[in-house]
Amino acid sequence: MSDVVRLEYRNVTMRFAQSGNRGVLTAVRDVSFAVRDGEVVSLIGPSGCGKSTLLNIGSGLAAPSQGEAFVDGERVAGPNAHVAFMLQKDLLLPWRTVDENVMFGVEIQGVPAAERMKRSQALLANFNLAEFSNHYPHQLSGGMRQRVALARTLAVDPHVLLLDEPFSAVDAQTRMVLQRDLAQILRQARKTALLITHDLAEAVTLSDRVLVMSRRPGTIIDEIAIDMPQRDDPIARRHDPKVNDYVALLMDRLGIGHAALEPAGGAA
Amino acid sequence: MNGNAQSATGASIMLLAVFLAAWQWGPGLFHIPPFIVPPLSDVAHEFVHAWRFDHLLLHTGVTVAEVLAGFILGSLLGAVVGYLLGMSPAAELALSPYILALQIAPKVAFAPLFILWMGFTVYPKILVAILIVFFPVMVNVLTAVRTVDPDLINLARAFKATRPQIFWKIEFPTSMPPMFAGLRIGATLAVVGVVVGELVGGNMGLGYLLTFGEGQANTPLVFVAIVMLTLVGGIAYLGVILIEQRVLHYLPARAVGGNL
Repeated sequence: MSDVVRLEYRNVTMRFAQSGNRGVLTAVRDVSFAVRDGEVVSLIGPSGCGKSTLLNIGSGLAAPSQGEAFVDGERVAGPNAHVAFMLQKDLLLPWRTVDENVMFGVEIQGVPAAERMKRSQALLANFNLAEFSNHYPHQLSGGMRQRVALARTLAVDPHVLLLDEPFSAVDAQTRMVLQRDLAQILRQARKTALLITHDLAEAVTLSDRVLVMSRRPGTIIDEIAIDMPQRDDPIARRHDPKVNDYVALLMDRLGIGHAALEPAGGAA
Repeated sequence: MNGNAQSATGASIMLLAVFLAAWQWGPGLFHIPPFIVPPLSDVAHEFVHAWRFDHLLLHTGVTVAEVLAGFILGSLLGAVVGYLLGMSPAAELALSPYILALQIAPKVAFAPLFILWMGFTVYPKILVAILIVFFPVMVNVLTAVRTVDPDLINLARAFKATRPQIFWKIEFPTSMPPMFAGLRIGATLAVVGVVVGELVGGNMGLGYLLTFGEGQANTPLVFVAIVMLTLVGGIAYLGVILIEQRVLHYLPARAVGGNL
């Protein structure tokens, strides 16, 4: 990890006009943080606190109402090649084979065919999917599909990965394997990542730091450094009792367990 | 192929045999005169006669050509308009009342009008077919483009895809399964459109043969024309399914083709 900042949000505020003249909704208010090169940072918070909005701003799909986002020191003014995102949905194209799905991004970016094939084959081999390269998505399990989605994200060789609950749709055991695969690849390839998750143990085992967001309008209320070894092996980390302490701390910061803090119908 | 499908095919063939037998001997059994329901052998005999003396092959060929032309042009037009409206919500909003009105209007009712405009040629028949095929294809393509997962579009945008790239790599392939559903409906409707056109005016095609047979009180000839029309429609439908199975080969086997 170096001190170079790869991803930065400066005083980002996002407002949306609500339908039917119901005024303006502030989704995110005055968010500032930076993610250094090679760092993995998790973002946790209640539903609807604007986590995904921050991801859209970082990937250049949405422009903030106020403030700015920077990737590699450049202001984000639209989609750019240094960032790639991955969602809970695998978003695989059913008419493309696994191989063709992995190449989707590089194909759009105009990478020559020979280079595309090379990257796709290397990634699929890395994810133990080489023998499935000519299969169609419907022939794969949920965990395999999500790994193909991760391979597609890495194929464009981004500096920064934005991950929005990437494993929340797969079963618990598969999720642990996928988390380990992700942790290893992030370490090997020295990628910087911002991970949005609802799974507090996932945030603790995968990250260097965890940012806690408040209820809407979302803003960052706490930052917790995870002082544990083996960031590239979340399964080993899970055996460390410190994980439970961190999870308890995060629950406390989120107000989980304090029934009085939860207004009726507050979380949307 | 499993046992279930085999026994289903067997049952279908049995039913056909029973139907043909009932057609041959039923009318005699129930004392139905041949000018109401001619037995199968009379119809078969008339088929041979029409083939040799009434240019049955030529009439069928004319109908097939009109169906093909109407179907291809109508689907192309429907697809293009569907894509354009799908990509321009403003245009769809402005045009939707007129599209709805045209869709509700019975298209075959335009046949006499088209014949007034274009005379006893093949063109009014093709035009009715175009009009009738246009809607199911257009509506299906429009809905498909409108309901593409916005996250898929965002994924492509995040990779810096251009508008044409988003169309060709996401929207166009996504619209294929619904478009084929529309094409299947269109294939059978095209035959209806052409026949109505031929019934209303002209001296060519199976629709003309229908009115010709009717005018001569030649019931077997009417039956021959109906059988040929059913064959033309069935082959058109099968053709669409064969193309669909090749284009949509990536879908799980059961989702393609559906029931005949």
